[in-house]
Amino acid sequence: MRWGWQAIRLWTVLVYGFMFLPVAVVVLLSFNASQFGAFPMTGFSLRWFVELAQNDAIMRAFRTSIVLGLLTAAISTTLGVLASLALVRYRVPGANAISTLLIAPILVPEVVLAVALLLFLNFLGLHKSFALLLFGHVIFTLPFVILVVQARLIAIRRDVEEAAMSLGASPVQAFFQITLPLMLPAVLAGALFAFTISFDDITGTLFWKPGGVETVPTQIFAMLRNSISPEINALGTVMIVMTVGLPLLGAAIARHLARKSGT
Amino acid sequence: MSSVVLDNIVKRFGSFTAVHPTSLEIPEGTFLTLLGPSGCGKTTNLRMIAGLLDPTEGEILIGGRRVNDVPIHKRNLGIVFQNYALFPHKSVADNVAFGLKYRDVPKSEIAGRVQAALDLVQLPDVGGRYPRELSGGQQQRIALARAIVIEPDVLLLDEPLSALDANLREDMRVELKRIQDKIGVTTVFVTHDQSEALAMSDRIVVMSAGRVEQVGTPEEVYNRPASEFVANFLGASNILESRCTDTGRDAVQLDVPVFGAVPVPVDKAPEVRPGPAKLVLRAEKLLLLAEDAEAPGMVTAPAVVETVDYQGQTVRYFIRAGDRQLQAINMIDGHPFAKGTQVTAAFRPRDCAGLPGA
Ligand SMILES: Nc1ncnc2c1ncn2[C@@H]1O[C@H](COP(=O)(O)OP(=O)(O)OP(=O)(O)O)[C@@H](O)[C@H]1O
Ligand SMILES: [Mg+2]
Repeated sequence: MRWGWQAIRLWTVLVYGFMFLPVAVVVLLSFNASQFGAFPMTGFSLRWFVELAQNDAIMRAFRTSIVLGLLTAAISTTLGVLASLALVRYRVPGANAISTLLIAPILVPEVVLAVALLLFLNFLGLHKSFALLLFGHVIFTLPFVILVVQARLIAIRRDVEEAAMSLGASPVQAFFQITLPLMLPAVLAGALFAFTISFDDITGTLFWKPGGVETVPTQIFAMLRNSISPEINALGTVMIVMTVGLPLLGAAIARHLARKSGT
Repeated sequence: MSSVVLDNIVKRFGSFTAVHPTSLEIPEGTFLTLLGPSGCGKTTNLRMIAGLLDPTEGEILIGGRRVNDVPIHKRNLGIVFQNYALFPHKSVADNVAFGLKYRDVPKSEIAGRVQAALDLVQLPDVGGRYPRELSGGQQQRIALARAIVIEPDVLLLDEPLSALDANLREDMRVELKRIQDKIGVTTVFVTHDQSEALAMSDRIVVMSAGRVEQVGTPEEVYNRPASEFVANFLGASNILESRCTDTGRDAVQLDVPVFGAVPVPVDKAPEVRPGPAKLVLRAEKLLLLAEDAEAPGMVTAPAVVETVDYQGQTVRYFIRAGDRQLQAINMIDGHPFAKGTQVTAAFRPRDCAGLPGA
């Protein structure tokens, strides 16, 4: 029995090591002074970050990713909040079906979704464009926003909104004064989800992006085809910082807000 | 302050009728209670007055004005919800000030009025706290302060005390009544607790299954129940099948099995006509005496104690008189009767009420 537990413990350590060691290596090597990605490291340097900043293609990809991520977050969050409100607060005929439909993109493999959307646009005779890329990202970030916001909205009692209206606030005023502040942590969390998922995405993006447009992940992918430059390590580090750091920051903000509102 | 009139309102949810045609007049300044068991449509009525539900039929008038098409935020009502419904992200002072923002109250006056409302509910120092930093009873007071600070035309309360524990509930009951007396606002109070209703109301509306059973002062509905339902809902009553043999000018003669003739005052049995009738005898009006005791002026019958339910100051007996089981709630004088004791069950005719029989 004891021996069994030891084995499980060892196995767990190995699995996590296998998952995180490469990441650690990438981060470490991004500070390596040498051209060649090998241990032992020859010295500490920020050289690759500087080169990264001077690489036009990468900087363009970065800007594209950030703009795409921000737009995705803004649109998904707005739509997600509206959809959640409709589904939770109003009696919409077929609410369950709509809910399932909106959540479906999480359940469908991304490749299938990507191909389907592409085929659909072909069928409509539309060309790939940045707008299409944005559309695709909105479709598969929306479920996350809806799930998070809906869960929160269900927990906000209807009677606080009714109390606000009884005191003279119109339904719109009651929403902005009461409902929105109470669900703000969830809205922020949803927006962060949408941004990070969009920023990270490669599968759908590869299918949908028009020629000449690269996001950070597709740029890395393209660079890898030529050679393994240490710049990629630096880029990887930056991405890790963004995709791990942002949600942590978001969670901290959400917790702070939640503490303030006492819920 | 305004009167409220419900004119033949009906509420249906799909094919289910939650409120059957109901008409009510609530004069200005009245404390009116909607009393009835769970699901009888009290909340539905209140929400229709509030504007949170549209009546399917009929009209609602507040201060003489038809408000069917006036949305809730324009009705100028103070509503206190069962679970307080304070805004958790706003301080107590901001909660109370909330309604003032939507009225033309100069900024300089707001703080003063908030403080006055907090003083009125006897929580002058909690303005800076958040709702979660208050006890349940305190939250309830703040909810009340928030509702009355806007000087509403009507105050609506849906079981505002039911989330409080028993002792606090009695304190708050007195407190609420004091505040209502002081500001004199027309109040509609919803409860299923008969002692709350009796203690606080000017008028009680007893409801059952979406219908009004009786409207009257607490004394009227208690002493002169208009139906068997009312008699049973307000305290424990014994309903005895009987026959009316004669309706005189002062009294109605009821012939009750085991007990014999009972002359019930006419004003307590206005609907009774010769023929089948029912005698309503409250459990606390049925006295148990020693078997051989004299009971001048009372109607008596021999009985056996079957169950003794000791409650401290009072004791509740179930006794058998003839083939009927009866309930009696008596103050304890010395020792309670033991189970199996032969006793004399006695009551005064003027403590009874009469209802027409089936
Ligand atoms: N939105 C609704 N849809 C369908 N039926 C409803 C709705 N609201 C209330 N009802 C029904 O109407 C009836 C009256 O409900 P209401 O809430 O007025 O009862 P109540 O007297 O306030 O009871 P309680 O003391 O339990 O609060 C109930 O049978 C309830 O099931
Ligand atoms: Mg109710």
